[in-house]
Amino acid sequence: MSEMTHPAVHEAPTGFIRKWIFSLDHKIIGIQYYFLALFSAFLGMILSVIFRLRLAWPTETWPLLAKIFPTGFEGGPMTPEFYLSMVTMHGTIMVFMVLTTAPQGGFGNYVLPIQIGAHDMAFPVLNMLSFWVTFVSLVVMVAALFAAGGAPISGWTAYAPLSALGQVAGPGQGLGQTLWIISIAIFCVGSLLGALNFITTVLNMRAKGMSLMRLPLTVWTWFTTAILALLSFPVLLAGGILLLMDRLGGTSFFIPGGLIVSDKIIRHSGGSPILWQHLFWFFGHPEVYIAILPGMGVTSQLLSTFARKPVFGYRAMVYAIIAIGMLGFFVWGHHMFISGLSPYSAIAFSILTLTIGVPSAIKTFNWLGTLWGGKIRLTTPMLYALGFVSLFVSGGITGLFLGQTSLDVYLHDTYFVPGHFHLIMGVAAIFGIFAGTYYWFPKMFGRMMNEGLGKLHFWFTFIGVYAIFLPMHTMGIMGHPRRYAQATEFKYLAATQPFHIFITIAAIITATAQIIFLVNFLYSLFKGPKAPNNPWEATTLEWTIPSPPPHDNFGGKTPVVHHGPYEYSVPGAPKDYVMQTDPPLPGGH
Amino acid sequence: MAAFLAVVIWLVTVASIYLFSGIPGWFPEQISEHGGAIDAQFIRTLVVVAISFISAQVVLGYFIWRFRGRGTGRATYTHGSVKLEVGLMLLTAVVFVTLAAMGQKVWAQLHLREAPPDAVQIEVTAQQFAWNIRYPGADGKFGRTAVKFVDDQTNPVGVDPQDPAGKDDVVSVNRMAVPVNRPIQVTLRSKDVTHSFFVPVLRLKQDAVPGMQIPIHFKAMKTGEYEIACAELCGLTHFKMKGYLMVMSDQEFATWLKERANN
Repeated sequence: MSEMTHPAVHEAPTGFIRKWIFSLDHKIIGIQYYFLALFSAFLGMILSVIFRLRLAWPTETWPLLAKIFPTGFEGGPMTPEFYLSMVTMHGTIMVFMVLTTAPQGGFGNYVLPIQIGAHDMAFPVLNMLSFWVTFVSLVVMVAALFAAGGAPISGWTAYAPLSALGQVAGPGQGLGQTLWIISIAIFCVGSLLGALNFITTVLNMRAKGMSLMRLPLTVWTWFTTAILALLSFPVLLAGGILLLMDRLGGTSFFIPGGLIVSDKIIRHSGGSPILWQHLFWFFGHPEVYIAILPGMGVTSQLLSTFARKPVFGYRAMVYAIIAIGMLGFFVWGHHMFISGLSPYSAIAFSILTLTIGVPSAIKTFNWLGTLWGGKIRLTTPMLYALGFVSLFVSGGITGLFLGQTSLDVYLHDTYFVPGHFHLIMGVAAIFGIFAGTYYWFPKMFGRMMNEGLGKLHFWFTFIGVYAIFLPMHTMGIMGHPRRYAQATEFKYLAATQPFHIFITIAAIITATAQIIFLVNFLYSLFKGPKAPNNPWEATTLEWTIPSPPPHDNFGGKTPVVHHGPYEYSVPGAPKDYVMQTDPPLPGGH
Repeated sequence: MAAFLAVVIWLVTVASIYLFSGIPGWFPEQISEHGGAIDAQFIRTLVVVAISFISAQVVLGYFIWRFRGRGTGRATYTHGSVKLEVGLMLLTAVVFVTLAAMGQKVWAQLHLREAPPDAVQIEVTAQQFAWNIRYPGADGKFGRTAVKFVDDQTNPVGVDPQDPAGKDDVVSVNRMAVPVNRPIQVTLRSKDVTHSFFVPVLRLKQDAVPGMQIPIHFKAMKTGEYEIACAELCGLTHFKMKGYLMVMSDQEFATWLKERANN
């Protein structure tokens, strides 16, 4: 084992700072990403509960909240600008700081090198940088939340010119919006560094015998996600810089001539608001898959492990992952059918969008096929994986409505849209994160989580998220536009108010139930029973080493792989699972 | 617990069917010429979605219950079936692409076909947070506009006072009268940020983008007063950006215009 073949090998650090803060170890960096996401998830969730209060009870006063955010409650009830700033920050924090970090930066970082038999990522210093750049981005985003003049109100999509004009366009559009854009630009840089690292690691650092068709499906999804991030984040970065120049440098990339805002004539000309939408969604659609693909990988891995069966149609699953990743780059226009986009290109975008249904159907079919004939062990991680399948079907299939030009003429920007994308890229992805947490916690921290609390948490969350997001589809069918601070101004929306109240109550219960998770997590971290090497009797490489693994993962040895990733219930094998490093079986399996 | 999870998944399925198929009563009324085709496409899509959704969830629940770990035997050892994968791929590709193609007919009618030449011309200029509705008057021509003439009280769209074509223009704020059963062509503009002109009863929505003039056309088939909503986040009081579409007879429409012109 020379430095040449394993450039990533570095000595175990001894000092606290090099070990826990500026660590080069992919495992520590993965845990850092995970905690960053955990903090952000609770923050984002609290913001959502706050704005849900106004939707259910628009005229109610909230003395406790008014003490924390005095400007958001001037005159008693929550102000509409405060509502919009909460919506904006909830969406931004969840999409960027949770859904982009936990699945990839968190679990990907921790598990991927071990699953391919590597001692670390290809570029450990780059890895450390990518985390700390992301951390700075989070700090700036939290600063935007508390910025003088308020947090931005233009939504997580920050459509220009609302986001480009500054304070004149509305409260929070001054400093708050500027900080928001800076944070996103920094985030893009961090994600780019991470993506480079993942791709190189998968291509160069696989152990002997770990051919591409022996990679666990988790690795395939992290690899594809990294390629998506590499190709899409630079476009958002460019868009963010141009938007910042429009605001601070007097340029006009997104601001057309002849505008008059709040009686003020705007001295810009020549820009295009639609250009921002193209740049944003060229990133924004692949971003959906950046959030959800790792969850698909985790689900495949867990269904196979706990049904004690090989993944049904492994090759088809790999091709479906690649197809989803590729098609994901050609469908951004379906966010823009009614934006003034050419109606001819809308037709092309629409048909391409519906073809994504094909690999998605293949994935669902193969998950069901994996369960068929299995011996299912309903552990907590398995419950979350099964929940993922159900949510993926429910959230994905409504894309058949929204992907169509003609239906978007009615459904676009109604509650149908948040109903759809929360189920698929929001909670399905979160279920992937929970599944991964309950599954890999023993490996990461060397202790088991509590199964009883885990199951209780699952039931509240699974029923809760359906109660929150299914009724939103109905509200969309009733024509309720999203991002309304209240529904009471329109007669035709009168019937939606009971829905708002129901959803808010469901959201409060579901959010409160997350305390069960937090308690379980923290308690198990210190007091959970010691975890064996392979508590789930699983087959992939991370289960061949101690929990938690030593600094260089494999204790100075290099694993050699002899089997595919999901060899469960092999006839004639001594146990009902064959680990990837087990010697070849007599008979040639 | 397997049985419980299966039952929960099936209950969610039943709840979804209820939440989606109460629809005929929950869609707002439909009064436009093209709206029926949109609703029909929705129903077609609903059928495809319902079949796939229900079969996937029912099978998922059934497998969880049926294959819960019991006994000592091992699970079935299989790596899948290429025949089934290819079959499913072809089936879904044909169904989904056909569905997408069917929906394009009404899209083409709305966006690829132009409004008939005798369509009533109306210009809608959105601003934070109101709809300015302008009619060309007797000469059938809109006067030139420029920001320097804009005055929120007296001249909200900034019609050039020197332009003779603008003399008889009629401007109404938040109230849009249209004659029933006549083609209407609306040109959408915006003074400040992006808004979206959404009339639920017409099954019609189109962004009003600053710097662009976007044409849309429709025919309203039933008289009455209906609400116009803004569907694109445009700032502080987005939720109150309300207008009214007043569909009236030809005669009432002529009278309405004349009254405004005299003011």
